[in-house]
Amino acid sequence: MSNPTIDKIQNEIQSHKVVLFVKGTPQAPQCGFSASTMALFQKMNVPFHSVDIIANPDIRATLPQVSNWPTFPQIFIDGKLVGGCDIVHEMHESGELQKLLKRD
Amino acid sequence: MMNPEDVQKMLEKAFPGAWVSVEDMTGTGDHFEIVVTSKVFEGKSLIEQHQVVHAALASEMDKRIHAVKIKTRTP
Repeated sequence: MSNPTIDKIQNEIQSHKVVLFVKGTPQAPQCGFSASTMALFQKMNVPFHSVDIIANPDIRATLPQVSNWPTFPQIFIDGKLVGGCDIVHEMHESGELQKLLKRD
Repeated sequence: MMNPEDVQKMLEKAFPGAWVSVEDMTGTGDHFEIVVTSKVFEGKSLIEQHQVVHAALASEMDKRIHAVKIKTRTP
């Protein structure tokens, strides 16, 4: 099955260790959950690559089927979906997120 | 719009023996805070735990339910 949007998503999630699919940009987030997720990674001093799904409607339509996750933001670490806003905050509190980020 | 009780019934059916709590976050019957405590989550990552809860609600998601905040626990 060849689908240019799926190829685009695969390229994005493999291009950086931490990839956030969000509404808006780090400078101008368009959704409270996206803002809070980006703020968490900024607070932790963890560099991330963000993809604005409002500017990329094809990704917005396709990613939930690829990742089996219905909502945005979506956080990928090492090419794997880790969760949405609630999950990364919960994993940050438990220390699990820090462990994932330390792994090379 | 759905009653929290109906959401709770859907989840109890999907997770027999689970402890389920559902709260209407906005009073509008379409945003719910859900806590499910079940043995089925054992050995699963958080994302996998949330995915099975999403799956249990899939028939109503984006229809009568607009958003859910999920917490999963193991007993």
